Amino acid sequence: MRRAVLTGIVVIVVVAAFYLKGNHPQERRLAPDFTLPQLGGQGLRLSSYRGKVVLLDFWATWCDPCREETPHLVELQQKYGDQGLQIIGVSMDDAPEPAHGFYQQFHMNYPVVMGNANTGELYGGILGLPIAFLITRDGRIYSKKIGATDMTALEREIKNLLQER
Amino acid sequence: MKSVIPFVRAFVIATIAAFLCTSVGWSQASSIPAARLINIEDLVKILQGPDSGKPLMIDVGSHVLFTQAHIPGSEYIGPAASEPGLQALRKRVESLPRNKSIILYCGCCPWSHCPNVKPAYDALAAMGFTNVKVLYIANNFGTDWVDKGYPVAKGD
Repeated sequence: MRRAVLTGIVVIVVVAAFYLKGNHPQERRLAPDFTLPQLGGQGLRLSSYRGKVVLLDFWATWCDPCREETPHLVELQQKYGDQGLQIIGVSMDDAPEPAHGFYQQFHMNYPVVMGNANTGELYGGILGLPIAFLITRDGRIYSKKIGATDMTALEREIKNLLQER
Repeated sequence: MKSVIPFVRAFVIATIAAFLCTSVGWSQASSIPAARLINIEDLVKILQGPDSGKPLMIDVGSHVLFTQAHIPGSEYIGPAASEPGLQALRKRVESLPRNKSIILYCGCCPWSHCPNVKPAYDALAAMGFTNVKVLYIANNFGTDWVDKGYPVAKGD
């Protein structure tokens, strides 16, 4: 009985250690910087958003899960924008025209830049969509979301990060 | 009045069928017959075999994704969800014998959401190709191919 309790405690400590390690601010890697053209034409530099919590969302108009997520992202930007959230869309479409139409159709309220293969490789390869990175106020990658995002969990993470100073 | 009933019945059935087709994704990858799919492990074995047995592999997805990573030896055609992509696919294969071994793949999105492989498969089937397989990629090309260490080529 005593051995079982000790084993249980060890397991909990090890799991907690791994969990805390993964979320330790010092171990988060810097989000690779880039400057890319926005749909409107002017350039956007990622590092100019230091001080904000950034959700860097790689998407494309032909990606069904991306289409489903976009209204939720618009809502998050609306809800938390004045607390310091900045969503940045990175369109991985092969040409900007479809992205322009999508931007209008979904009333997107955050900037969208046109990504490319180099941007994808900077972020470890964007080889499937959607993929999103949640970036802290000091420009470090907090988490990576592959595939359709659990919006409730994402909102919880955003709220937590907005409280970090 | 009686003569109208068959038309009404046909209209209702057609409407229900159209609804089912869109709601259960029959126009998507999940409606490709299982016998026409090939899994990743089996394709890798073929690629490791003699050159003479290798199929024509065609990527029918996004160019930005293809440039970052694709199956060595595969050709890029264009997204088959678009008409230009389909036209390019038809043009590429039109002179080939109809029993040519062809493998289509994309990997842009989770399998049930891929907009490209089903139109590509349908186009080749309509042209009479009898030896076409579609690579089953459950999540995406990055997770299911690149992250597992299978061979990759970059660029065009």
